[in-house]
Amino acid sequence: MATQNTKTLARLMMAPSVLLLLVWMIVPLAMTLWFSFQNYNLLNPANVSFTGFFNYEYFYTDPAFFQSIWNTLVIVGGVLLITVVGGIAIALLLDQPIFGQGIVRILVISPFFVMPPVAALIWKNMIMHPGYGVLADIAKFFGLRPVDWFAQYPLFSIVVIVAWQWLPFATLILLTALQSLDGEQKEAAEMDGANFFNRFIYLVLPHLARAITVVILIQTIFLLGVYAEILVTTNGGPGYASTNLAFLIYRTALLGYDVGGASAGGIIAVVLANIVAFFLMRAVGKNLDR
Amino acid sequence: MGSITLRQVSKVFGEAKVIPSIDLEINDGEFVVFVGPSGCGKSTLLRLIAGLEDVSGGQILIDGKDVTHAAPAERGLAMVFQSYALYPHMSVRKNIAFPLKMAKMEQSAIDKKVEAAARVLNLTDYLERRPSQLSGGQRQRVAIGRAIVREPSAFLFDEPLSNLDAALRGTMRLEISDLHHQLKTTMVYVTHDQVEAMTMADKIVVLNRGNIEQVGSPLDLYKSPRNLFVAGFIGSPKMNFIDGAYAQSRSARTAGIRPEHLGLSKDSGTWRGTVKVAEHLGADTFLHLDVDGIGPITARCDGEFGAYHGDTVYMTPDESKLHRFDDKGLAIRG
Repeated sequence: MATQNTKTLARLMMAPSVLLLLVWMIVPLAMTLWFSFQNYNLLNPANVSFTGFFNYEYFYTDPAFFQSIWNTLVIVGGVLLITVVGGIAIALLLDQPIFGQGIVRILVISPFFVMPPVAALIWKNMIMHPGYGVLADIAKFFGLRPVDWFAQYPLFSIVVIVAWQWLPFATLILLTALQSLDGEQKEAAEMDGANFFNRFIYLVLPHLARAITVVILIQTIFLLGVYAEILVTTNGGPGYASTNLAFLIYRTALLGYDVGGASAGGIIAVVLANIVAFFLMRAVGKNLDR
Repeated sequence: MGSITLRQVSKVFGEAKVIPSIDLEINDGEFVVFVGPSGCGKSTLLRLIAGLEDVSGGQILIDGKDVTHAAPAERGLAMVFQSYALYPHMSVRKNIAFPLKMAKMEQSAIDKKVEAAARVLNLTDYLERRPSQLSGGQRQRVAIGRAIVREPSAFLFDEPLSNLDAALRGTMRLEISDLHHQLKTTMVYVTHDQVEAMTMADKIVVLNRGNIEQVGSPLDLYKSPRNLFVAGFIGSPKMNFIDGAYAQSRSARTAGIRPEHLGLSKDSGTWRGTVKVAEHLGADTFLHLDVDGIGPITARCDGEFGAYHGDTVYMTPDESKLHRFDDKGLAIRG
C-alpha cells in the first residue's frame, strides 16, 4: 500500500465486502431493536402496536431472568476454566514424543468435529443416563447409587458436555503455541537450575499467554450462546436451573410466540455480551499487543 | 576451580555414531576452543559436557568429580547459547537474576550481584528493558551476564557470535577475551570460525567427524599441523596443497605451503603463474593464481605489490616453511 493510487484502489476493491458485512450486521440488529419496542405476538399477528419499554420490563421481571444471566456466566466461566486448564495439561502431554503421536492427536481433536446436538445426545443417553449410562455402570460397580445427572446437577452436566466439545479447540491452539517455544530457552532454564514446575511457571505459561487469550476470547463468543446442548438434554430445567439467556430467548420466542419480548431479550443479550467483552478485554486484552 | 576431564566419551544418535570416543583434559582457567566444520560433533560435545545430552559411554569429570549422570544444574557450569535464549517476557534484570532466584538466594543478595554483573557488562542503563528492545550485542551481553552471576566453575559458549554482524563480532570477541582475563574462569567455546579459534584460545581442539584431529595452542597448530585436515582448516587463506612431481621430489605424497610463505616477484622465481583473481584488502592482497605444472595456488602478498587479473607473477616457496604429508595424510616431521 505504498502510493495514493493503490490505497484508493484497495478501498474500492474492499468496499463491496465491507458494505455486505455492514448490511448483514445492521439489518438484523435494527429489526430486533424495532421489534423489541413492539407488541408483537405470533398468536395474534394482526394486532401489532408500539409499546415502549414494556417488553423490556416484562423480560426483566420474568422470574427466570436473573437466573438465566447467572447461568450464562456460570456456563462461560466453567467451560473456560475446564478447557484452559485441561487444554494446557493435554497440550503438555501431547508435546512429549510418544508412540503413535499422530493417531493420538487425531483422537484428541475429534470431539470438535461432532456436532453439538449429537454430542449432547450421546452424553445424555450413553454416558450420564441414570439407567444405562457409563457413569451409572461405574457407580454400580463400586456399589454406589447412580447419579441422575440432569436432574440433580443440570447446570454442571451442561458445563461438562460443552467443555468436552471445546477442549480439543483449546488443546489445539495451546499445543501449537507450545511447539513454538524455543528449545534453547528450555535448555537455558534447565542450566539455570529451574525444575519442571519452575520452567512451567516462568517460561511456558508466559509464552502461552497470548494463545490462552485467544482461546478465552474466541470461546467466550460461542459460549455466550450455548443452546443446542440445553435443548436436547435438560430443556432448560428442572425449573429454570439450566436455562441461560439464549435458551430463555428461545423459550419466549418459540414457546411463548412473543416476538417482541424475545427481541427485547436479544437486545439485553447483546448488551450483556458487550459488558463481558469489555471486562474480558481489560483483563486479558493486553496479552494480544506485543 | 574448573577442570574438566573427558574419558572415552561417546555419543550415538540411533544408528549415527556422532562421537566415537574422545579423551580430553581441560585445565582450570584455560580458554579452550572446539573448532571444526559443521556436523563435526563440536556442539554435541559441548552439550554432553553441559549435561543437556546423555553420554552413550565414558565418563565426564569436573574438578575430579564424576558428573556423568548429574543434571545440568548440578554441574556448576553456565552456558551461553547461539540464540542467546533470553526469556522474552522478563526484563534484563529478571533474566540475569533468574538462576539466582532458582537457587533461592535472598533478594538483596540477588540485587547486588545483578548490579555488579551489569556494571561489568555495561548493561546498567538497560536493566529494565525487555530483550526485544536490545540490539544483538546487548542481548549477547545479557546472556553472558546470566552466566556470570552464577559464578560457575566453567563457562560454555555455543557459537555465541554467529548471529552478529562482522564488526560486532570483532568487538564481542575482544570483550569475551577480556572477560576471561578478568574472571580467570575456565571457558569452553565452540565455533566453526577458525579466526575466532585462533584469536581467543589458549588451547584449540580441532574436531572432524567426532574425532579429535589435534589439540594444541593456536601457534602450534599453525606451525606444525598433525595432518592434512588441520593444515587445511587452520590459517586463512587456506594452505596450498600440491600433489604430484613437486611433492615427490620432496619425498612426500602431498606438499603444503601457506599463502604467506610464498615469495613473490614480477621477474624471476621457481614457479610462474597467471593471476586469476586479485583480492585487494588494503594492507594485504590475496592472489589466486594458475601456476604452470602445479595448478591453482593462493598467495598472499603486500598490498603495494600491484598485480591484477591476467598479470604474470613468479613465486618462490620458502622451503623451511614447507609442510610434507604422507599417504595417510599425516605430517612428516623433520
